[in-house]
Amino acid sequence: MYDKLWLIPFFPLLGCVINGLLGKRIKNETIIGGIGTLAMVCSFALSCKYFFQLLGDTVKSHEVVVASWMTVGQLQVDWGFLLDPLSAIMLLVVTGVGSLIHLYSIGYMHGEEGFYRYFSYLNLFAFAMLMLVTGNNALVMFVGWEGVGLCSYLLIGYYFHKKSAGDAGKKAFVVNRVGDFGFLIGLFVLFWTLGKEHGVWTVNFLEIGANAHLLGNGSAVVTLVTLCFFLGATGKSAQIPLYTWLPDAMEGPTPVSALIHAATMVTAGVYMIGRMNGLFALAPDTMLVIATIGASTALFAASIGLAQNDIKRVLAYSTVSQLGYMFLAMGVGAFSAGIFHLMTHAFFKACLFLGSGSVIHAMHHAYHHAHLHDDAQDMRNMGGLRKKMPITFLTFLVSTIAIAGIPGFSGFFSKDEILWWSFASTRGHVILWVMGACAAGMTAFYMFRLVFMTFFGEQRTHAKAKDHIHESPLVITLPLMVLGLLAVVGGYLGVPHVLGSVLGHIPNYLEHFLSPVFAQTQEMYNISAHGSAAAEFGLMGISIGIAVFGIFLAYIMYIKNPSLPGKFVGAFTGLWRAVFNKWYVDEIYDALFVNPTKRLGTFCWKGFDVKVVDGIVNGVGKLVNVFSNTLRYTQSGFAHNYAMTMAVGVVVILTFYVFR
Amino acid sequence: MFTVTVHHYLVVSAILFSLGTIGVLTRRNAIVIFMCVELMLNGVNLSFIALSHFLGNMDGQIFVFFVMTVAAAEAAVGLALMIAFFRNKESIDVEDFNLLKW
Repeated sequence: MYDKLWLIPFFPLLGCVINGLLGKRIKNETIIGGIGTLAMVCSFALSCKYFFQLLGDTVKSHEVVVASWMTVGQLQVDWGFLLDPLSAIMLLVVTGVGSLIHLYSIGYMHGEEGFYRYFSYLNLFAFAMLMLVTGNNALVMFVGWEGVGLCSYLLIGYYFHKKSAGDAGKKAFVVNRVGDFGFLIGLFVLFWTLGKEHGVWTVNFLEIGANAHLLGNGSAVVTLVTLCFFLGATGKSAQIPLYTWLPDAMEGPTPVSALIHAATMVTAGVYMIGRMNGLFALAPDTMLVIATIGASTALFAASIGLAQNDIKRVLAYSTVSQLGYMFLAMGVGAFSAGIFHLMTHAFFKACLFLGSGSVIHAMHHAYHHAHLHDDAQDMRNMGGLRKKMPITFLTFLVSTIAIAGIPGFSGFFSKDEILWWSFASTRGHVILWVMGACAAGMTAFYMFRLVFMTFFGEQRTHAKAKDHIHESPLVITLPLMVLGLLAVVGGYLGVPHVLGSVLGHIPNYLEHFLSPVFAQTQEMYNISAHGSAAAEFGLMGISIGIAVFGIFLAYIMYIKNPSLPGKFVGAFTGLWRAVFNKWYVDEIYDALFVNPTKRLGTFCWKGFDVKVVDGIVNGVGKLVNVFSNTLRYTQSGFAHNYAMTMAVGVVVILTFYVFR
Repeated sequence: MFTVTVHHYLVVSAILFSLGTIGVLTRRNAIVIFMCVELMLNGVNLSFIALSHFLGNMDGQIFVFFVMTVAAAEAAVGLALMIAFFRNKESIDVEDFNLLKW
């Protein structure tokens, strides 16, 4: 029934191979972009077909094994795919948003050198991401996990002639490696413990889920395993302490930031926890760590976002912050709320990134026309773009309202459910709720600050470039419109129960759909959110109030009284400078980890390699030289000497044989 | 009565061989060295023949024929070499032929 599931990742792989091998000869951008986009659309169509097929199916979990990968002892690993509600949702998000971003890229990357290379990488990324979300065992997932990391590296460093882009790519790769180390260790320990002590040699997700309870609720080993997996998730999903690579990753082309560093790859960690929810639920300590780290990241990244001037950097910190929300949800056991926020975030954040890309595109174009070299990403050079770019503005505004959490838009539903769970869940805590709510206020503030600085107020663009700013072509605005629409309506898939019953029995479709994956775990380990409807409405009101206050503050500071931010900076110079410099985290990491590592590397190079290794090699050479220099004196060239040597030799040998 | 036994032959043979060896090691004239080599060969030949007679086996005698043949060939080649040396260096002193060295 679902046996063509492998085709979903296969289409992008095909697109990658075609563009990668033939792209240089094809040259025509429309064809190259068309192939890349078509591959994604095919995957999307097939995902839709299977999604609806799954909706009507009574069995909600289907494994499709394409081939055997390896058989070692009692371990059997397959190239297997798993279709269940969780992977179906991820498939729709990845292929749907992916298709739109591929389409957008045709317009955005127009005229770039290496156009085919870009599309080849982007397709390769889609392939790896689809392997990640459909794999039925941890090893296939790990193939995708590493694959997306590689593509991320390649695409961040797409403008490799720029040193900053190359450095950012390396940073992303190295930081992710730290996380991958955790993922692998976790997998090894899990595999070994399950196999050695319980006789279940497996890496298959369904089997892990079914046998996880053997490890014992809250046991040390399960805590260790889940913490290691979570370390992997912090690397891939940019959480404290490994989030530093994501803001730097903005060196890549903007559609890449939208697809990889906002909508899909960075959510892999959330997906992974959702996929192994049965394991994570066994470790309440780990869950608490996840929730705490998630809430802290949400708050911390939002605070940095308050003071950034680069439009993409604001969005990058916003992404880190929103990912924190998802981890908060996972940590308090609100798995379906986390996946729900993952989905709505994919819509509105992709729309925001693509919108910022549209603005940057227009600014770049205008500066290029006017022969200026101003920064096309600095919001201080923008302002008043509302009238110049109406479609971009509208979609951007809609998504901003969605992320700020204004009722009726998608972000409100998902964020509010997370906040409710963090307050009322059996694994939640009121402090977590306070942190989440504060972060929500900051989010509303910095996002509207971004909108006001970019689209409202006076035009601060250089006079010569001003008149060259135009709305982007349809190929760019069409994905914006679709994503903007999704950012509005996407939320109605998961209307919270308390709100749904008031509004006329709107069920929480998403939670219901995902329940085959999560409900059993939540029931088994007594994870639920209980509270009166009044309390839920009250909290909802508070979070709306905080959001509105944030927007109002942004309005006062950036529209009503634009001199206010300057005064604020003057009054709190130290604090402002710390926030503007990202709390000096990069500098601290440099001092604590990077520089010691570099020093160790230098020592290994100059101390060990040059002196010891090279010393041994060169020493052997020198020794041979010394010996041969001594021995060559025997080569006198006088026949007498040779004859004498021979005679003496004969005598010696004879003496030896006679007298031995 | 003094009887000549195989020991006497062998002693003479050893004396001849040693004389040849000392000559090879000490003389410088290539022709003298060459003659000393012949002396060594003949010392060996003598012991071959003596033992052959003593043991009543003809193998040693046949071997001596071979040695003599090879020695004749060697004389031809050796003398040719010496002529070639002399043409180059106007000398047949082996001390003058020391090019094969470091």
